[in-house]
Amino acid sequence: MPGKLKVKIVAGRHLPVMDRASDLTDAFVEVKFGNTTFKTDVYLKSLNPQWNSEWFKFEVDDEDLQDEPLQITVLDHDTYSANDAIGKVYIDIDPLLYSEAATVISGWFPIYDTIHGIRGEINVVVKVDLFNDLNRFRQSSCGVKFFCTTSIPKCYRAVIIHGFVEELVVNEDPEYQWIDRIRTPRASNEARQRLISLMSGELQRKIGLKVLEMRGNAVVGYLQCFDLEGESGLVVRAIGTACTLDKLSSPAAFLPACNSPSKEMKEIPFNEDPNPNTHSSGPSTPLKNQTYSFSPSKSYSRQSSSSDTDLSLTPKTAPYPQGPRIYLCPSSPSLSCGSLHLKKSCLLLSESSLTPHHSSLVSPVLRKSVSFSEELFLAASGMGSGSAGKEGGPFKALLRQQTQSALEQREFPFFTLTAFPPGFLVHVGGVVSARSVKLLDRIHNPDEPETRDAWWAEIRQEIKSHAKALGCHAVVGYSESTSICEEVCILSASGTAAVLNPRFLQDGTVEGCLEQRLEENLSTRCGFCHIPYDELNMPFPAHLTYCYNCRKQKVPDVLFTTIDLPTDATVIGKGCLIQARLCRLKKKAQAEANATAISNLLPFMEYEVHTQLMNKLKLKGMNALFGLRIQITVGENMLMGLASATGVYLAALPTPGGIQIAGKTPNDGSYEQHISHMQKKINDTIAKNKELYEINPPEISEEIIGSPIPEPRQRSRLLRSQSESSDEVTELDLSHGKKDAFVLEIDDTDAMEDVHSLLTDVPPPSGFYSCNTEIMPGINNWTSEIQMFTSVRVIRLSSLNLTNQALNKNFNDLCENLLKSLYFKLRSMIPCCLCHVNFTVSLPEDELIQVTVTAVAITFDKNQALQTTKTPVEKSLQRASTDNEELLQFPLELCSDSLPSHPFPPVKATSVDYSSFADRCSSWIELIKLKAQTIRRGSIKTTVTVEKASPVGDGNFRNRSAPPCANSTVGVVKMTPLSFIPGAKITKYLGIINMFFIRETTSLREEGGVSGFLHAFIAEVFAMVRAHVAALGGNAVVSYIMKQCVFMENPNKNQAQCLINVSGDAVVFVRESDLEVVSSQQPTTNCQSSCTEGEVTT
Amino acid sequence: MTSELDIFVGNTTLIDEDVYRLWLDGYSVTDAVALRVRSGILEQTGATAAVLQSDTMDHYRTFHMLERLLHAPPKLLHQLIFQIPPSRQALLIERYYAFDEAFVREVLGKKLSKGTKKDLDDISTKTGITLKSCRRQFDNFKRVFKVVEEMRGSLVDNIQQHFLLSDRLARDYAAIVFFANNRFETGKKKLQYLSFGDFAFCAELMIQNWTLGAVGEAPIDLDSQMDDMDMDLDKEFLQDLKELKVLVADKDLLDLHKSLVCTALRGKLGVFSEMEANFKNLSRGLVNVAAKLTHNKDVRDLFVDLVEKFVEPCRSDHWPLSDVRFFLNQYSASVHSLDGFRHQALWDRYMGTLRGCLLRLYHD
Repeated sequence: MPGKLKVKIVAGRHLPVMDRASDLTDAFVEVKFGNTTFKTDVYLKSLNPQWNSEWFKFEVDDEDLQDEPLQITVLDHDTYSANDAIGKVYIDIDPLLYSEAATVISGWFPIYDTIHGIRGEINVVVKVDLFNDLNRFRQSSCGVKFFCTTSIPKCYRAVIIHGFVEELVVNEDPEYQWIDRIRTPRASNEARQRLISLMSGELQRKIGLKVLEMRGNAVVGYLQCFDLEGESGLVVRAIGTACTLDKLSSPAAFLPACNSPSKEMKEIPFNEDPNPNTHSSGPSTPLKNQTYSFSPSKSYSRQSSSSDTDLSLTPKTAPYPQGPRIYLCPSSPSLSCGSLHLKKSCLLLSESSLTPHHSSLVSPVLRKSVSFSEELFLAASGMGSGSAGKEGGPFKALLRQQTQSALEQREFPFFTLTAFPPGFLVHVGGVVSARSVKLLDRIHNPDEPETRDAWWAEIRQEIKSHAKALGCHAVVGYSESTSICEEVCILSASGTAAVLNPRFLQDGTVEGCLEQRLEENLSTRCGFCHIPYDELNMPFPAHLTYCYNCRKQKVPDVLFTTIDLPTDATVIGKGCLIQARLCRLKKKAQAEANATAISNLLPFMEYEVHTQLMNKLKLKGMNALFGLRIQITVGENMLMGLASATGVYLAALPTPGGIQIAGKTPNDGSYEQHISHMQKKINDTIAKNKELYEINPPEISEEIIGSPIPEPRQRSRLLRSQSESSDEVTELDLSHGKKDAFVLEIDDTDAMEDVHSLLTDVPPPSGFYSCNTEIMPGINNWTSEIQMFTSVRVIRLSSLNLTNQALNKNFNDLCENLLKSLYFKLRSMIPCCLCHVNFTVSLPEDELIQVTVTAVAITFDKNQALQTTKTPVEKSLQRASTDNEELLQFPLELCSDSLPSHPFPPVKATSVDYSSFADRCSSWIELIKLKAQTIRRGSIKTTVTVEKASPVGDGNFRNRSAPPCANSTVGVVKMTPLSFIPGAKITKYLGIINMFFIRETTSLREEGGVSGFLHAFIAEVFAMVRAHVAALGGNAVVSYIMKQCVFMENPNKNQAQCLINVSGDAVVFVRESDLEVVSSQQPTTNCQSSCTEGEVTT
Repeated sequence: MTSELDIFVGNTTLIDEDVYRLWLDGYSVTDAVALRVRSGILEQTGATAAVLQSDTMDHYRTFHMLERLLHAPPKLLHQLIFQIPPSRQALLIERYYAFDEAFVREVLGKKLSKGTKKDLDDISTKTGITLKSCRRQFDNFKRVFKVVEEMRGSLVDNIQQHFLLSDRLARDYAAIVFFANNRFETGKKKLQYLSFGDFAFCAELMIQNWTLGAVGEAPIDLDSQMDDMDMDLDKEFLQDLKELKVLVADKDLLDLHKSLVCTALRGKLGVFSEMEANFKNLSRGLVNVAAKLTHNKDVRDLFVDLVEKFVEPCRSDHWPLSDVRFFLNQYSASVHSLDGFRHQALWDRYMGTLRGCLLRLYHD
């Protein structure tokens, strides 16, 4: 009996009238936990009952404490008939289970009913007494902290970053059980809510166990998702990054424990570890060893838990002889893996030449960005051997093999983090992604979710091999997603291949860090942009140049990543949101045929999405993408692709070339004219964009630098190669000629449309910026005014003669209009930036497209913004008006002959995997693997940025924030998808918020139609999130995300149903301006944190 | 391609004041969009009509959801669904309860019943205020009336406490409630020149002086009669007013009163001769109004009577306002010198208020 849960029901208010006769309600409350139920007295005839109950005490297992939610049901007492339920409150008591977080949950909770929505509020107090000893404690994984935040949470520092943890739990979906036919919708919804709550609790506990096995004490970047597989069940899966975190306790550390790069960061002695971000140790390979050696198995770790202390100490001193084994040396990554790659790329080459249909299918342009890498080879062979598939049999074998090799290597060196301590990332290779189409069938044994596990293992394996191909040993910014339609499911995973600093793999001791720091300063400032792979044996054709920053290492000309822009990267100008949108019609089909059709379409979609991204990036005059997220959604009769990323101009990367349009039918005069007209438009747009985003890269004077850099502005290739000849490698030289122009050939209407669509993207109105990363590159003087919002749109396509073009246009318009609406709505916040813009597409029905956007608008101070763009680099170099030249001069003629070798490195690896149904339809022969790989590195130099960052003008935000919340009876709770709150310090994390709601109506019209229904529901969800945070004692939710918003309607029956799943981290923040005042309170916090340290770390 | 669903939900509820006004004014979404387009917002922001349409719909939906809460403003403060900064909450409430002068003049003093509600169509046509807006305003009056009807204590305070209105607006509502409760006639043609402000002013004076609450520690506090302290006129006082009749009934008293007034005002009044000639008529009018107030019917006609018996005669003689003031002051004060008159306190209670009212009512 390791825990006693105590609950007190205080009062209710604003209850609905349940008795029409008296216009009053006789309410009482049932409090249920596990199988125990308590009841309060009936409080007669009141809409504002005061129960003031005794303390209801539940003596429970800590396992139950983790799994079960506390369920509070408010009912109306009825003497003659059954009591009517008013509504329920589910309270996740997990935050009470670790000592640093909340100590009590107390406050007003909205009483929620799945049919009627919120019906009044109830005041509840919840406490937990844990009277178990530490060891016992750990076995149930109570005490492991969870964070949604995908960076090291502010006010913590990472002692060790252990690495990837994942788990999934499956069950039958109550909605599809036989009993659902005879029970009410309410009962069914509640069963579902409760089940999912239980499953997430269980999942979290299981992940917690894994973390404890790894000797960690926290999960960062925790992402939990539901797959509603319909008939075949309900899957709850989660991934995260296990870490050992230390609470920052010194007051000094508090100041900089911060949000955005701030001034203090520099001033604090490094060993204080002021910025939690600075610290973390890179896990990857050595860690794996560590894991292995310490906790070979679950049982072992359980038994040995009493000796945890010793074990967790060991890592600090234990040497990792194997550490540097894999491409860990930042300076010579290519050496270690060179031979390996050589082989593979040979294979690649042959492979691609063997598949002629491949190149034929994509027209000349295709050739440019498609490359087949060894992964194709891998997948093909894998499939051939095992025909993998649902049974998972062959896969087990594969897994076993892995396990063996795991002795030497980490199984999945993945990190769900997107922001890292400086120096952690050595090189970034590019985006790696993998997709796989699977057929769902009933999960027969929920306790052994092997199939789903195997599916994911397979995908992860693929990702890992992609990363390897890029010369990287780790994947950062890793995420997984699914799209389900009927019985077909697309599993996707993506991340950014990276080389991590071996030093961070060790315990983050002070000396190590210091040393590292020094080294960083001396040599590798722009290191993350430098290629990790061997330039002679590139996994894909890329165009390399010397880094524009250090001039020593090679960099690619474009870099795509899924991570946030490193805080110390040197960026010129501002960034912007770049989206690629795509629809493809597909025939309706069943089962295998359907899966085959989808699989056949996927590579083309991947390719096109990629091309679009590349074109748009060029059009913006930028050279790198961050936060890239590609979502492929499957529907009955179409596939949708939506990629969002934030484009920036990295100073270390070369200036992007322009876009060149070429016509296929040169004889037609008017056509020519048309082409040249388009060309002009494109050039104008690029020029305009450069101005808009303040992209004025310094002119690089060849005399100064010794000119290793290809000059895109120079028309003549000869000239260029001359100038470069001194120190450039020859084969690289060859590719230079192809680099400046990205050629779009207009040979049919499709291509024409592509060009048009390029030009239809309207830039945001002045005063607005948008990005999908945490912070907008180039802006750092945020004020404290933030507005988080969710916007949902559903359009119905006219079913008449749908073509791909019409579909694309509709989809494009939908997204553009949505953005326009957002800009309009938020115009009062100008100057402002939409950050973390997160688009989700779903296809709920045949002709419906649903787009959901969640983002936060943050105002910034215009005056200060201007200064920040200057970088030291810029200063040291002469400024010249390069723009004109660049824009006007495209090597027009070069393009045609340069086609075969692509000027642009394809970006990002994708693969389509047919293995799941391969055994049935044997269509896998057609496997096409498209993969573009990306490379990206940015040069970084943060000094200036850092300086400008902190002045976040106290003055400004004071004015703005003053008026609100003066006399409010309801405390203001901020919500933001970001991991920080501008102008404020997060002082405490109270626990994870992970909530799932279902809302259903049978009176859709009366509730204002679908819009009214969903609007109210989302507002209610926000309200419930805020109420829970407030009850935990918090005043904000950070890293908020709406993971799911499944909306179904049946207007004919006047019905609709919606499921929403949200999560985030509840926190306490203090305004920077109030910090002095608060400092007196800090001792308390410190106390707590030291307690925690005692428990967990020592 | 049609938009099936289109919503925007902010963590802090976005309130667009302009749209709120259009909504309160009862415009349909289409009309509101047209009006917004005319305001030039598209040019300013570079938005399209579709964006405007979507934005307007969104705001309307939000307001519609808020409306339920606005019916009981304290709920708006305590509710958890919409996070709205207090200043915005105050604005929402204040604007929601604001009313149009033209509308309130039509309804003032009428019974806030279903019958009146049926007349809203006509009022809407007459005033040019949309029916929707008329309904909202009418329902507001009625709602406030219902809530404070049975309450004891200061009318203004009650309103302020239950509807969280500004002082100014709460006073206006007090006047509306007071007028509705006493059913003062305000719609006659003769009274058309009077503004709501004029009536509100009078109402406030009457509440302060002529109601039960005005007596301070109400003598009948424990009385079970359900007279509302501030809403109903003090019946006893009205009864007593009969006693004032002596001022005009007693010839001597009347003459003496006249001579006192005339002596004091001689040379100070531009319209002295007219005053002198009319004194008895005016005095008779004012005192008779008082004496008649025992009948409900006559209470209702109070303002008609005042205008007929006093305002109009003076106006036809072109009395300047300053002269009216001199006259009324002297007229009230002189009574204190009438030895035979014993109801000085009563007179003061009556005349003090009446003087204020008359001065306010005396204009074109």
